[in-house]
Amino acid sequence: MKKRVASPIVLLGSRLLSPYIMLFGLYVIFHGHYSPGGGFQGGTLLAASLLLIRISSGRRISRIQFSDYLTTPLAVIGVLIYFGTGLTALLAGGYFLDYGQLPIPGLDAPDLRYWGILIIELGIGLTVMAVLVSIFDDMIRGED
Amino acid sequence: MMTDIQIIFTVLFVIAGIFFLLVGSIGTIRLPDFYSRTHATSKSDTLGLLLIIAGLIIYEGFHVNSLKLLLILLFIALSNPIGSHALARAAYEANLKPLFKGTDKEKGNQA
Repeated sequence: MKKRVASPIVLLGSRLLSPYIMLFGLYVIFHGHYSPGGGFQGGTLLAASLLLIRISSGRRISRIQFSDYLTTPLAVIGVLIYFGTGLTALLAGGYFLDYGQLPIPGLDAPDLRYWGILIIELGIGLTVMAVLVSIFDDMIRGED
Repeated sequence: MMTDIQIIFTVLFVIAGIFFLLVGSIGTIRLPDFYSRTHATSKSDTLGLLLIIAGLIIYEGFHVNSLKLLLILLFIALSNPIGSHALARAAYEANLKPLFKGTDKEKGNQA
């Protein structure tokens, strides 16, 4: 068995592509009202950009970018954003996830629906990204 | 008149792209060995996709969609050869021997 060395082409290419994939994931999350996309798709794109670095550059460098004990708290924070928004609308007198009833001052109902959907999509995207990275980390933990 | 020229060039580019994709697929099925299969797919698939997307850019003209297609073209031109390189390199580092003339085809080349 030869000694394995990291390929500079793969490393440089993934380092070049990863920020653009992450930017496109954020675009898919934040533009999810008007075009196809949303929290799930954008979250998988963010996870893809993180996993590209994780696969190509190994454990030590990728843990600097996004360390593995961050995944579960981020997933929990995303779920809390989702249910917090829904329950806030419920407590303010509407139904669950009734964005028009959110108690944000200075906004009327259409603007409230706009921002409410955006907050929900952010929570979903955060959860999907963290859970996918956590699945990858759990899979490779046995090999290291 | 302009749109006729656009449509003619679109059809030419897309047909050329489909030809290269077809050649790559036939190469994947027919060639005997992992390295030659990678060789067949990587270059011709990249070229076929680039030609098809170039034809779609010509079809769109100056538009926001053609800018997005140009970005897709750029990313395919970057990522497809890098992926093929990573595949072939992983096979080489796993000591997969290429198929030579004397190698037994049925037994494979696991030795």
